[in-house]
Order: sequence, then structure tokens, then C-alpha cells
Amino acid sequence: MNELIEIRWHGRGGQGAKTAALLLADVAFKIGKHVQGFPEYGPERMGAPITAYDRISDNQIRVHSNIYEPNFVVVVDETLLHSVDVTKGIKQGGAILINTERKSEELMPYLNGYKGRVYTINAREVCMKTLGKYFPNTPMLAAIVKITGMMDTEQFLNEMENSLKHKFAKKPEVLDGNMKALKLALEEVH
Amino acid sequence: MGVKNRMSGNEAVAHAIRQINPDVMPAFPITPSTEIPQFVSNMIANGEVDTEFIPVESEHSAMSAAMGSEAAGARTITATSSCGLALMWEVLYVAASSRLPLTMTVVNRGLTGPLNINAEHSDSMGARDSGWLQIYAENNQEVYDNLLQAYRIAEHKDVLLPIMICQDGFITSHAVENIELEEDEPIKAFVGKYEPEHYLLKAGETMAMGPYATSPYCMEAKRAQAQAMMNAKKVILDVAEEYAAITGRKYGFFEEYRLKDAAFALVAIGSACGTIKDAVDDLRKHGVKAGLLKVRVFRPFPGEEMARALSHVKAVAIMDRCESYSCNGGPLGSELMAAMYRNKNKAEAINIVYGLSGRDITVNDVKDVFERLKTIAQEGVKDTQYTYLGLRE
Repeated sequence: MNELIEIRWHGRGGQGAKTAALLLADVAFKIGKHVQGFPEYGPERMGAPITAYDRISDNQIRVHSNIYEPNFVVVVDETLLHSVDVTKGIKQGGAILINTERKSEELMPYLNGYKGRVYTINAREVCMKTLGKYFPNTPMLAAIVKITGMMDTEQFLNEMENSLKHKFAKKPEVLDGNMKALKLALEEVH
Repeated sequence: MGVKNRMSGNEAVAHAIRQINPDVMPAFPITPSTEIPQFVSNMIANGEVDTEFIPVESEHSAMSAAMGSEAAGARTITATSSCGLALMWEVLYVAASSRLPLTMTVVNRGLTGPLNINAEHSDSMGARDSGWLQIYAENNQEVYDNLLQAYRIAEHKDVLLPIMICQDGFITSHAVENIELEEDEPIKAFVGKYEPEHYLLKAGETMAMGPYATSPYCMEAKRAQAQAMMNAKKVILDVAEEYAAITGRKYGFFEEYRLKDAAFALVAIGSACGTIKDAVDDLRKHGVKAGLLKVRVFRPFPGEEMARALSHVKAVAIMDRCESYSCNGGPLGSELMAAMYRNKNKAEAINIVYGLSGRDITVNDVKDVFERLKTIAQEGVKDTQYTYLGLRE
């Protein structure tokens, strides 16, 4: 793993991009990393574009600015491709992950000449097959963990199972659906 | 020995409140401090603390209720931000002059307007002359540590003043970062039981709270209040030393980061200091003798001590996350420059306003400031009284 991984999340208010960023920080903390997960707040409202960030490192993180040159970008809502310059500043060797039903080639015209790696996942399909409801942050979380290679995917699933067991102690059926969503997402990210 | 965890600055504050278990918390919600009364309400509902929560109808009422309960003899806490702090204004002075050692956790956010919810120090800086102690934090760890030390400082018999424990809105209040938490028992023993000498509900002792003082007495009361602020200096250092013995984390009036042999220094408050430390390390790798003085205690103002710590530097930039509209720079700039003058510092000094309303400050922004300092050290200050960083033109 690099000394420092920086991730920028683009989503719309209410989709859980901030929650996903905080969950990622959480799971990275559990494997002994130094983490920073934080949202950038504007006038918050449902549906408005929002940004959230993660820093994950083996060393203490002191910097408190936003991330302008991320290693990875996660786009939770592909309609943002029309209005937000999501590939801005992505580091050489970095990658972008987009939640979409389309193939990455079809998205290239919207990526402002970006030449780096593009990954896609159909988070809606993953959610409907496993949870029966659309909560894109669960599959997006699994997908970004796989792409970054920040931890072994088995270890990731174990950590998630432990924390979801704790969180949904009284709703075991929720645990089951979420675990299935995470596992399917690990297979479905291309 | 600390336990490793991760949480936001607001969660860290709530965790400290749980360990302190104050008697009373009157509060009115305002972004970005709203989570604090929310978390405490949950803790009360779960039976983790036996704090009496008073849901009030405004911040003026929150501070009034806080005053009332503290005067009655109860250890009291409240939380606020921005315009909420502004609405407390009148009562802030009454609480301080009544010598009530209550604690307020402030999540710094700019005062309106234009209306904005993000980090700026104009709220607590506006209250800098209200007679409250003020301690600022760089991150979640520091706000946790500062809050655990708050009552020991405020309630000390030589002090008896209210205290603000400040952190930057969103930048630290809503950022999840690593933290070391202390076990409950040693912390409870450190904070101790509140045993005020005089209070309204004390049996067999009648006392007046907040009476009219005629001119022959009023000035003496204010001087005594100023003396308490002066006394706080020793108490702050003593409490920090005791805290370090338990936790291993040491605090003073300020932190000197690679400052001892620095030729160029920044002076700043709050979350930007982490960013400045990264810039200092980068510059040091390239042979630039950069350093940082991070202000932790703003009230009492350790002017003489800071001036001495800066006496060897060639050029210094004093950074204010606050516009005072005085045409004479921000509050930190104005006060520190006066202290440096009294100390006969030789350094060239500039004052920079940055980060208003959450405007981001990056490592590169900080490096630009150090570049300016290199030029200023050779050519002297040619700027106006103070300048803005990152202003769009």
C-alpha cells in the first residue's frame, strides 16, 4: 500500500456518499490504519451534489484541507458526470469508480479527456438482487476497497460482518442482505 | 494508557462529557455543534450519564440557565456555535463577572453574514473580551483532552471563571479521525467531584448573585476578575502537567513545532495547524528553516511567552481565521504584534487573514506564505497592515 491513499466521493445529498466515506474510514481503522473521513458541507439538501473525502495512511494524518489530487474518485450518481468535473486532479496511476448501468467506454465522453483507469459497477442491480432496496453506498464501499487494494477482500468482509452484526443485532435479516450485497459487489465491479 | 479509537470531533466532545458526567446541560441546537446536545441526550436516555438536560428556547436562555444552575452549585456545560454564541453575548459577561466556572464547548463557525455554516473563529474571537477562558484545538484528540482539563482549570479557587473549549466547525467537528481515549476511572478521578465553596443552595449561607455594584466597588470587582485571568496561567500549566502524567499527552499555552531553530514561522490557531505542520516538514526537507507556533490558550493571552518563543525568528506570519474590521488586522495579529513590540522582538511580522467561512487552506497555500516570509526577511515588510490569503480577485 502507498504511504497515503486519498479518495474523493461525489454523490447527491441523501444517497449516503458521506456515510460511505465514513464507513470506509471505519473499516480502514479496524485494520490498523490512520484515517480521516469527512464531508464538505454546502447548503445541504436532498439531491444536491455533495463531496466527501477519505485519507488512509500507515502514518499519522495531520493535514486538514480538502483533497484536490485524489488517488481514487468514487461517483455514486452518474448524472453528476454532466455537471461536476469528477476526474479533476486524479493522480497518475489513479482510478475512477462509477455507479452506472453502462460500460466504461460509453462514459468516456463525459470524463473530460481523462486517460486513466475507469471502473464501473451497477450498484442498483446489486442492491435489488440482494437488499431489495436501493442503497448504493454498500456496493460502492465494497467496490472501492477492491480497487484500491487497501486490504484483503476476505478481511474486509470479516470486518464488515463484525460491525454490521453489532449494528443490526436485532435485525439479522438486514445483516444477511448487506453481506450479500458486499460480496456480489466485489464480483460485479469491472 | 489510552485506547485507540476513531471518531469525529463532536463525538470526542460527547465522549468527554460522558466521562465528566456534568450535573446540568442546558442547550439550544445550532450547526455545527447540534450533534453534541444530540449525543448527550442519547447518553441520558441510555442511562450512561445522569446529567439533567434542559431544552431551552434560545441560546440566551441556554446561557442564562447555565448561569443559574452553576450558581446553584451544579457543574454545568453547554454547547454552541456562531450566531448561537452571539445571542448569548449579554449573559457571557454576567457569567464571567459572577465568577461561575461553567464550561461551553464551542464549535467555531463564522458569524453571519453572508450566511454560512463553515469554520471561522469570528464567533469565539468576538467574545474574547467577555472574561471567559478560551482554549483551542487542532483536532479531535485535542478537543477531547482540552475538555477533560476544562473544569480543573475553571473551578480552581484562584480562577473561578467560565471556559470555552473550541474546535473548528466541520473541519474537525465532523471529520472522523484516529484518537486515543482514556479509561473512565482515571479520568473521573482526575476531573474530581465539584465542591464549590459558595453557592446559592448551600444550607446556612445566604448570598446574592449578580447584585448592583456602585462605582466605589465595581472597578475593584473587575480588577479582581482580571487577576483571576492572570492566575489562570499557572493553573492551566499545572493541570496540563497532571494530565500528561496520566495520558502522556503534554500541553502548554502553545505548541512549538520545529520552532527552536526556525528562521521563518507561522503562528496560527486550530485545524490549519496540522496543514501547516505538513508544509513545515516539506520545506525542511528542502533546507528551509520553517516552524510553527500553534496557539492553544488564547485567554489568558500568553503574549509575553509567545513573543519570547519567537524572539529568534527572522520573519513571522500571524494567521487569523477571523476579520475584525478594525483596519488593524485580526485579533491574534493585533495582540501578538503588541506583545512582540513590548518584548523588543526583531522579527519582521505580517498578519494574514485566511480561511473565512470555511475557505480551504492547503499545504501549498502555506508554502506560499513561507515564500513571502523569505522575501520579507531580506527586504522588510512592504505589505499593507494585513493581507488576505487565497482571496479571489
